[in-house]
Amino acid sequence: MTIELTNITKRFGAFAALDGVDLRIADGELLALLGPSGSGKTTLLRIIAGLDWPDGGDVSFDGENALARGAGERQVGFVFQHYALFRHMTVFENVAFGLRVKPRAIRKDEAGIRARVKELLDLVQLDWLADRYPTQLSGGQRQRIALARALATEPRILLLDEPFGALDAKVRKELRRWLRSLHEEINVTSVFVTHDQEDALEVANRVVVMDKGKIEQIGTPGEVYDYPATAFVHGFIGESVVLPVNVTEGRVWIGNQPLNIAAPNVGGPSKLYVRRHDMQVGSESIGLRGAVRHVRSFGAIQRADIAVCAGGNETVIEIDTPRDHALRTGETVELHPRRYRIFAD
Amino acid sequence: MVRGSSVVTGGSGRRNTLPGFGLTMGLTLTWLSVIILIPLAGLFLKTFELSFAEFANIVTSRRTLNALKISFGLAFAAALVNLVMGSIVVWALVRYRFPGRRIFDAIVDIPFALPTAVAGIALTSLFAQKGWLGAPLAELGIKVAFTPLGIFIAMIFIGIPFVVRTVQPVLIDLDPEIEEAAASLGANRWQTIWRVILPSLIPALLTGFALAFARAVGEYGSVIFIAGNLPNVSEIAPLLIVIRLSEFRYADATAIAVVMLVAAFLIILVVNRLQHWAQMRIPVH
Ligand SMILES: Nc1ncnc2c1ncn2[C@@H]1O[C@H](COP(=O)(O)OP(=O)(O)O)[C@@H](O)[C@H]1O
Ligand SMILES: [Mg+2]
Repeated sequence: MTIELTNITKRFGAFAALDGVDLRIADGELLALLGPSGSGKTTLLRIIAGLDWPDGGDVSFDGENALARGAGERQVGFVFQHYALFRHMTVFENVAFGLRVKPRAIRKDEAGIRARVKELLDLVQLDWLADRYPTQLSGGQRQRIALARALATEPRILLLDEPFGALDAKVRKELRRWLRSLHEEINVTSVFVTHDQEDALEVANRVVVMDKGKIEQIGTPGEVYDYPATAFVHGFIGESVVLPVNVTEGRVWIGNQPLNIAAPNVGGPSKLYVRRHDMQVGSESIGLRGAVRHVRSFGAIQRADIAVCAGGNETVIEIDTPRDHALRTGETVELHPRRYRIFAD
Repeated sequence: MVRGSSVVTGGSGRRNTLPGFGLTMGLTLTWLSVIILIPLAGLFLKTFELSFAEFANIVTSRRTLNALKISFGLAFAAALVNLVMGSIVVWALVRYRFPGRRIFDAIVDIPFALPTAVAGIALTSLFAQKGWLGAPLAELGIKVAFTPLGIFIAMIFIGIPFVVRTVQPVLIDLDPEIEEAAASLGANRWQTIWRVILPSLIPALLTGFALAFARAVGEYGSVIFIAGNLPNVSEIAPLLIVIRLSEFRYADATAIAVVMLVAAFLIILVVNRLQHWAQMRIPVH
């Protein structure tokens, strides 16, 4: 099912949690909403689910106005950040809940319900936990039961709020892989929220980067990583080195030192963004140089703190270089960004 | 299953991380003994002045049995009413914002705070033949004051805060997301209340019920004014005890008291078991 959000606005008092969000989600997509805490991701997810109503804008599912329908009528499966499992029910009854509350006319009989619950518990590979209570499960198990519960009624959209949030690193990795393969298996339009770029880049087909209630960029994981559209995206995704520069008449200055790089479509005080691994040392001179302050080596790389004079101030950046080019503390080195972006302030 | 409180066991040879076990435990035991156990033991000892036949005679006499039946029966019924009405009051106070909500919330405590004699007089004058409520009810042929119905109403009056104040914090703390989850799964409002909210409140409801019941069984002050106190009809057990005492029949009084004590104890035990059972089904984190 396709979801179309048009100019969604949501305020809490005077504060705009969502500020003119436009988003089209294609059928069968696995989409990540990525952004720092407080950027409005959960609010957007809740509006899609019908748990919150926008102050302005439209939500449509397959071209039909979804705002006219309540949460229970939208056929949306919602997995809450803290799972929101029913503590007084067994795992089995939790998963069966959505089937049991259906109107009598379309409700499965007991055998049908049992079969469907069994099917879902098999899908999340936790059939052996059917008789347990939620508090007797680990975080990862609760997550999967919450997912099974949401899927029981065959929703047309699956929404997951921080599905990996409360889990430790190892379980997180497993669950990511598992969620991907699950999506391939059931292929329901899915949106998940995360503040963790790795979650988003590894799992999603498409990533929506949000900040302060606005969408900063929409693209494939490769696009948002390699071609960040805004300074925020560049800083938020991947590890970046940031230097203050000034652009006048197409020339880039750092302090009173001109740099031999191009700055298309930018002017005035700006920031030079370079991926940490894209900053090379000593190959050719573009006029950017700094003093090595501290070097540490591990694995195949050495990591160095380098102080760059930018105007009156010094900016210390951290870069990674191959070990075969040894850096000595105190030496001055030429810095050469293999790839870079300049964004006006 | 992990239970709610953390328990520190003391007294073993190992060093305890929480200091003061000996002192606090000693104080606790002494205090509970002086305040609760010794008076109760005294009560039992007093009944041993009676032979078993005498004891059986007293407690199976018509007047005693009727008084016990009235006290326990009406208290149970009143606690049931409080359970239902109290739940509705809690729901309204917690879930809706309406003008005067804080005032209503404060009013719930009045039966706690009011001296029971004052409550008794207020209820009696309200429900007397010519009272504000008594007069219209009399028109309908319903007599409240000086009948068992009056006792019932007084017991409801004094019991309501117990249900409200035990259930209220639990409902407030209930995670709103579980209701949203239910709604998202297609449950309507009633199904959500019936299948999700109510089961989560059961332990608190049972506690509130038990407290309201215990209070109503023991209630004296507010009941005797409105009861009429007719032996076998509207005479509550605590009053019968007072009557026996005023007749200097101390052993009789204590025999009735012991029966009340044991009955109350059994009921608390049953409720406790029920609660435990409910708690097992809704384990706390
Ligand atoms: N019910 C609410 N009342 C007031 N402010 C809220 C409410 N829900 C969310 N907010 C605010 O809206 C902003 C976005 O919240 P949220 O969507 O939860 O962010 P995210 O999920 O990206 O961390 C936050 O600043 C949060 O404080
Ligand atoms: Mg959130």
